[in-house]
Amino acid sequence: MGAFRRAVQRLVAKPWFRLPRQPMLRHLTFAVVAGVAAYFLTNWLSAFNDYEVGQIAFYAIALAGLTVLTGISGQISLGQGGFMAVGAFTLALLYAHTTLDIVLELLIAAAVSAVAGAVIGIPATRLRGPYLAGMTLMVAVGLPYVTNQYNSIFGGDQGLQTPAPSGPSDINPQQWLAWVQILAAFVVLILLANLVKSRFGRSFRAVRDDEIAASLAGIHVARTKVIAFMVSSACAGLAGALFVLSAGITNSAEFPLSLSIYLLAGVVLGGTGSLMGVWWGAILVVYLPTEWATSLAGDLHANQLVSANLAIVIFGLVLVVMMLAAPTGIQGGLRWIAARVGAYFSADPLVTIALPLRDSIVPTGNNDGPGTPSTMPERETS
Amino acid sequence: MQRLSLRSAVRRSRVIVTGAVVAALGGTVALSLSGTPAGAASAATPGVTSTTITLGATEPLSGVASNYGDIAPAIDAVFKWANAHGGVNGRKINYTYLDDQYTPNITSTMTHQLVLQDNIFADIASLGTPTQLAVQGYLNSQKIPQLFILSGCNCWSEAKYPWSSGWQPPYTVDGKILGSYVAKNFKGEKVGFFTQDDEFGFDFLKGAHMEIKSGAVVSSQVYTASVAAFLAGVNTQVAALQQAGAQVVMMASIPVFTGAFLTAANTLGYHPQLIIDGVSGDPGSIGAQAISSPPAGTEALLNGAITAGYGPFENQTSNPWVQVTKKLLQDYDPTLLAKNGLTGDELVGVGVGYTVVQALQAAGRNLTRQGLLNAIANDGKNFVNPGYVPYSYTSSVHFGYEGEQLYKMSNSAPPVVLPGGTYIGVAPFGPIYQTSPGAGPVTVHHGHEDPVPSKLARTA
Amino acid sequence: MQFFVNITLGGIATGMIVASVALGLVLIFRATNVVNFAQGAMAMLSTYIAYAILHHGLGYWLTLLLALIIAMIFGAVTQRVLIRPIQGRSPLNAIIVTFGFLIFLEGLAGAIWGATNRSYPAPFAESGEQLGSFHIAFSPFNLYGVVAVLLLMGVMLVLFRGTNLGLRMRAVAFAPEAARLLGVRVQPLLTLGWSLAAAAGVLAAVLVVPNSDLTPTFMDVILIYGFTAAVVGGLDSPVGALVGGLLTGLSLAWVGGYLGGSLEPMAALALVIVSLMIRPEGIFARPAARRV
Repeated sequence: MGAFRRAVQRLVAKPWFRLPRQPMLRHLTFAVVAGVAAYFLTNWLSAFNDYEVGQIAFYAIALAGLTVLTGISGQISLGQGGFMAVGAFTLALLYAHTTLDIVLELLIAAAVSAVAGAVIGIPATRLRGPYLAGMTLMVAVGLPYVTNQYNSIFGGDQGLQTPAPSGPSDINPQQWLAWVQILAAFVVLILLANLVKSRFGRSFRAVRDDEIAASLAGIHVARTKVIAFMVSSACAGLAGALFVLSAGITNSAEFPLSLSIYLLAGVVLGGTGSLMGVWWGAILVVYLPTEWATSLAGDLHANQLVSANLAIVIFGLVLVVMMLAAPTGIQGGLRWIAARVGAYFSADPLVTIALPLRDSIVPTGNNDGPGTPSTMPERETS
Repeated sequence: MQRLSLRSAVRRSRVIVTGAVVAALGGTVALSLSGTPAGAASAATPGVTSTTITLGATEPLSGVASNYGDIAPAIDAVFKWANAHGGVNGRKINYTYLDDQYTPNITSTMTHQLVLQDNIFADIASLGTPTQLAVQGYLNSQKIPQLFILSGCNCWSEAKYPWSSGWQPPYTVDGKILGSYVAKNFKGEKVGFFTQDDEFGFDFLKGAHMEIKSGAVVSSQVYTASVAAFLAGVNTQVAALQQAGAQVVMMASIPVFTGAFLTAANTLGYHPQLIIDGVSGDPGSIGAQAISSPPAGTEALLNGAITAGYGPFENQTSNPWVQVTKKLLQDYDPTLLAKNGLTGDELVGVGVGYTVVQALQAAGRNLTRQGLLNAIANDGKNFVNPGYVPYSYTSSVHFGYEGEQLYKMSNSAPPVVLPGGTYIGVAPFGPIYQTSPGAGPVTVHHGHEDPVPSKLARTA
Repeated sequence: MQFFVNITLGGIATGMIVASVALGLVLIFRATNVVNFAQGAMAMLSTYIAYAILHHGLGYWLTLLLALIIAMIFGAVTQRVLIRPIQGRSPLNAIIVTFGFLIFLEGLAGAIWGATNRSYPAPFAESGEQLGSFHIAFSPFNLYGVVAVLLLMGVMLVLFRGTNLGLRMRAVAFAPEAARLLGVRVQPLLTLGWSLAAAAGVLAAVLVVPNSDLTPTFMDVILIYGFTAAVVGGLDSPVGALVGGLLTGLSLAWVGGYLGGSLEPMAALALVIVSLMIRPEGIFARPAARRV
């Protein structure tokens, strides 16, 4: 066993084994590797699965924005679904009334959502904790209703049709849309990863942990919070626009309160604050309501009512159980395993002794801040 | 060997773990998907083998529109009957219907699943306007028939989407027929409107305005079909109609809001003549969803209300089509009948189902998607149907029914008896009207209902 | 003119219902320092159980009493199982847990009873009185709502300001360590707080339900309005909940009547934003000192 351990240590010490140190290069390398894997995956999978992989991609974008807002900036938001609606309707209106390129339409949708995020984020700087949650809840419920009021613009119950863009004629349209969505997801994740590692990310975390200390250190607290809101809602807007390209129509019925809660559950499952974790959450949000719930209901020989509501029940359970038992999510769990593995293979005896103790040192936050789940062992996200 | 610091030890392990996570992620996604490679060969005509035809649909089996959830099983009962009697041109019909909870993005996912995984031949009798609009572009671009759509939207008969086709009368036809009745029989009275403020209401109003002189209209109220609006109630709209003195109120509203209107009118002491679009034409549907236990005043409001229907109602127990529907379900889906009794859903289901069987029959043994479209365009007018007028299908007209029989709700008509309760009666009166959604006049149809074909009646 | 009068009366009636929900939120916040977002959903489930009881032939008032008792047990169990484990942690955890519980309950109700509307009766007549040619849109049921809410508010005021129990509950919620040192038993009082709040929730729900029918999500929109009222009035003030409720109800009625029913949730959001800009703690709250 000792020989194996030393072999691994030698391998890991080799310079080519590490990802580059510079954050942007590191993220790009990672993305390129993942992108190549995704290409092969979509080619191997059937057309319907391409459709679903594309859905995972855009939900990952929405989740990434939310995890940055809630985990890193410490502002809980239940309104992510509402901002998705803003992006979706922006795209639908652009599609109906202009002939702009799809990429431009997506960018405008994200920008409009960012503005909406600022509108909500500015009064939200005065709130924290349950007050903020309640206010964002009202956004989730209220924004889609606005579209119901102005039916002549927003299409009312019928909605606005948003067919998927067609790519080059020799590529399967499901595959093309999936690639667009996956590419968008990678771009957003790279940008967010860089943001989190940058000065902005540090101010987000400083404000999260102790607003007063942060402002004493020279950080403009309100502006930081609003920027975090804008980043999160821009992600949601882009995700919403991609969402309705998959759905084929834009309609307020597609943005119920449950969407915002599912997104929160996805963030909590993956690990609040973890960008890698959004993929777990996205898989949950795409597969649970459709395939897993129906096959589980089938296994249980449940009736139609149970089958339709099983997903909702399980999402609720995920939220409750994860917060009670595993607040750092899947990524937190993986990090814990990784730290153990790292400690085992480390040559430094101090690491082997110190690592188990490190977990018991709990970071304390300001009492009236929303704080972080108190068992989050480290500040950096992977 | 260098002394490794705590930080770089963790970073190295992070590399290992992120690599493992990527692999795990890819593996999880791949494992949880039951993929067939993208290049899999498909049959010459998807969904058709030498012994089977696969049809698909998306229906609101749960959620807000789940009261329409019984239509698809009723259609399936007809297919079971056909399969038991030799099938269609030697092929048995498999009907797969999935729950879309009346939510368009779920409809999209389910429809993609039906097309890409279940390889359906055609999308038959899916329900809902926004839900079917969501997939109209997709299905037409893939040249998949989207037929007998259960929605009254005018949008199913457009040259842009030749693969889509409707079945029930478009709302403009409803508006024209009821409007022409009001214009003829309530001359000189003040007319008000209470409509949903989206395509359902707009299309209805378009038809009504073609028949009613604008001078007669004193107030046009709208409501929004949303939960917040339901909570807010419709007192303001009803009060406005009362204020304007409308003696006749034409309503294009879904049952929940029709019920809200009745309660508000009762509270305000307002008793106009009600003209109700067929969407809320079944007293059972309004009764079931009216606000709270309807006080006696609500029943009084409905007494004398006029509506229109394109086929018999479930309380017309001596109607041969109602009887054969009951028999068919007793033989092929007794649990459905036991659950909710015989409702409008089952009548619609049997009507559509039998039409589909005839269409597939007419398309012949050499079954193609274009062939099915042609069969409906060429022969649709001659199909046997349980409604009051023949189908209007041609190559350019993709509407089924364009005519309705007037009905009146009254305490003296045979009551509508459902497991949930007994509701005010409704019976046909007056002539059968026919018109297109366009500018043509409303004419009286002098035909009779088709008799039930003997092979259908012979179900033991 | 009649239109305006009728709308305003409707606004007062709605405002009372909203105030009842807000009172429940205030109660639980004052007694346990947690905002229970599942308040509406818990009340919804209790109402469904009441509906089932009602259909077994028991009268309205007896059913209500039974529903209150069931709700109190439900509240206590929830506190014990869900909230106590996460008590020491940051408020974010409680928020997420109560939200998860909200949709869990909605899914559960949907799985058992489905989404179709069910009628739950009102204890008094719902149609207004006729005063000559003037029809007043204020029914005996609306009057009952006003009385019920005033009573509830009165009970809460007496409880928190006038009784020893109330004092201990407030201490336990906002200064648990000090209370423990003084010999107050913390956990049972927190559980009691949840019980009482659950009962208040049911009282609110049976006021709402005659107007909106029983569905798994019928309390969602009202919860938001109740939250608005609590923010406007102050989350730790029962009188604030009442005033906030009236303000909210009237604003919603006027917006709904003159601009459109679908704009009401946004109107509530606008009310919250305006209130936060002007007076963040709420109208009747005592401004809290911040410890650095």
